[in-house]
Amino acid sequence: MDSTATSPPPPPTKKPLKNPCNLCQSVRAILKRPKTGQQLCKECFFHVFETEIHNTITDNKLFSRGNRVAIGASGGKDSTVLAYVMKLLNDRYDYGLDLVLLSIDEGITGYRDDSLETVKRNRDQYQIPLLIISYKDLYGWSMDDIVKEIGRKNNCTFCGVFRRQALDRGAIMLNVDHIVTGHNADDIAETVLMNILRGDLPRLQRCTSIITNDTSEDSSGIETSKILRSKPFKYTYEKEIVMYAYFKKLDYFSTECIYSPNAYRGHARVFLKDLEAIRRTTIVDIIHSGEALSASVQANESTKLPTMSNCTRCGYISSNELCKACLLLEGLNRGLPQLGIGQTTKIRRMHDAAALNSTLASGLSVPNPTASSGTEESPNGANKESSSRGGVVVTHIKDLERLTTMPTLNTI
Amino acid sequence: MVDSLKIELQFSGGMELLFDNQKAIVTQVPTQFPLESSASDEKPHAANIKDLIGWMATTLLKERPELFIGPDGSVRSGILVLVNGADWELEGELEYELEDGDEIVFISTLHGG
Repeated sequence: MDSTATSPPPPPTKKPLKNPCNLCQSVRAILKRPKTGQQLCKECFFHVFETEIHNTITDNKLFSRGNRVAIGASGGKDSTVLAYVMKLLNDRYDYGLDLVLLSIDEGITGYRDDSLETVKRNRDQYQIPLLIISYKDLYGWSMDDIVKEIGRKNNCTFCGVFRRQALDRGAIMLNVDHIVTGHNADDIAETVLMNILRGDLPRLQRCTSIITNDTSEDSSGIETSKILRSKPFKYTYEKEIVMYAYFKKLDYFSTECIYSPNAYRGHARVFLKDLEAIRRTTIVDIIHSGEALSASVQANESTKLPTMSNCTRCGYISSNELCKACLLLEGLNRGLPQLGIGQTTKIRRMHDAAALNSTLASGLSVPNPTASSGTEESPNGANKESSSRGGVVVTHIKDLERLTTMPTLNTI
Repeated sequence: MVDSLKIELQFSGGMELLFDNQKAIVTQVPTQFPLESSASDEKPHAANIKDLIGWMATTLLKERPELFIGPDGSVRSGILVLVNGADWELEGELEYELEDGDEIVFISTLHGG
């Protein structure tokens, strides 16, 4: 009771620390790391989390001094933590990067409009300029429009294809060297698994590389080929990202997309979580197996990956004459939304045949019934296309103008 | 001997959507499980987190309990749990015995980034 009389105050009377931090030993641990099983206190966790990402960035030489880097920002947990950590590391280690936030507005009422409000708050909180570009402006169609047209069956195909290009297009407008995205280790392991199940070797390769550069054979000034993409969270576990956001009280948006049940990924995810419960290293194991498989694919001459060139219509990188986005857009604009969904080779052949027919027809310039029937369906598409070119819709990457001024914190 | 424990439940990361959009609920949880009303043949024991999860699923959840509770009676995979500010994996997970005044946080990791 009056132990205060004796000095110094004996430490044994203090209750022994429950779960001391494995690093500092002096503070109660608040997190068990999924990667190592280590238990850490809040401050040591922040330090380890940030340092590991810094090491990933420097070991893989992701950036060079003076690079302008766009952070793909959705307002969700991963990209919010990415924006916060990129800003913090850029300041702490003096990377000398010029950071910008780049958001895509897919046009999904009740989902993306709310999450973009979060991105705008992040812009102000982290003092990073923000550019938002919309599907509606780029393609003439919002996701709400697309779902009205095609229903909820294949809408994720449109969204995924359009998003990848939209990010690149935004990056060109911002004149950036590099786009970073918030894909984390769990996401990558899921994607590896899905690509293995589908036998999609090109995607397997792309999803496991920490940094990618869509180099085309025709390097004649098509600008997408210069922009690098990387995933600084490749080795960062989702649990730690969420815990980091929670303990740092970061402001992020968390609602599931109203159009996306994403059942396939959901199963892959549950399967991985079940495996992880038995074997702690499952996530890294699967990423490793993805890397090993793509290395052996590369080594094996007989399984050549498709050669890349540029889309004849928009100039975007593509392994076909028409890129997937142009094919999907053509379908939408012609009222044939199934064009480009699923097995596309047949559709592409039809497209090529139609194009050939019309060339022949115009070359011969002889009015004959066969030629007119061959071009019968094109007036619709052609009209849409020419009218959209006059407006805000950008169909050619080459036509895309750079922003004359960078977005500032107060605009948009 | 109190017959219920005062527990503060908190929800984030989208978890709150399952609980009427409430970020926090202060509630009274029975001290002993299984409840007399249940037909369980479990031995009577002091309330632990597993009991809490089952109890929440039946008393607090209005719809879609499968988004919260898994077939094994734990939370669905992808939901993080904190007990008084610390990862429940450090506190015995499902076996952690509830104490009066505990604060339990549920965070969903399932929503897009």
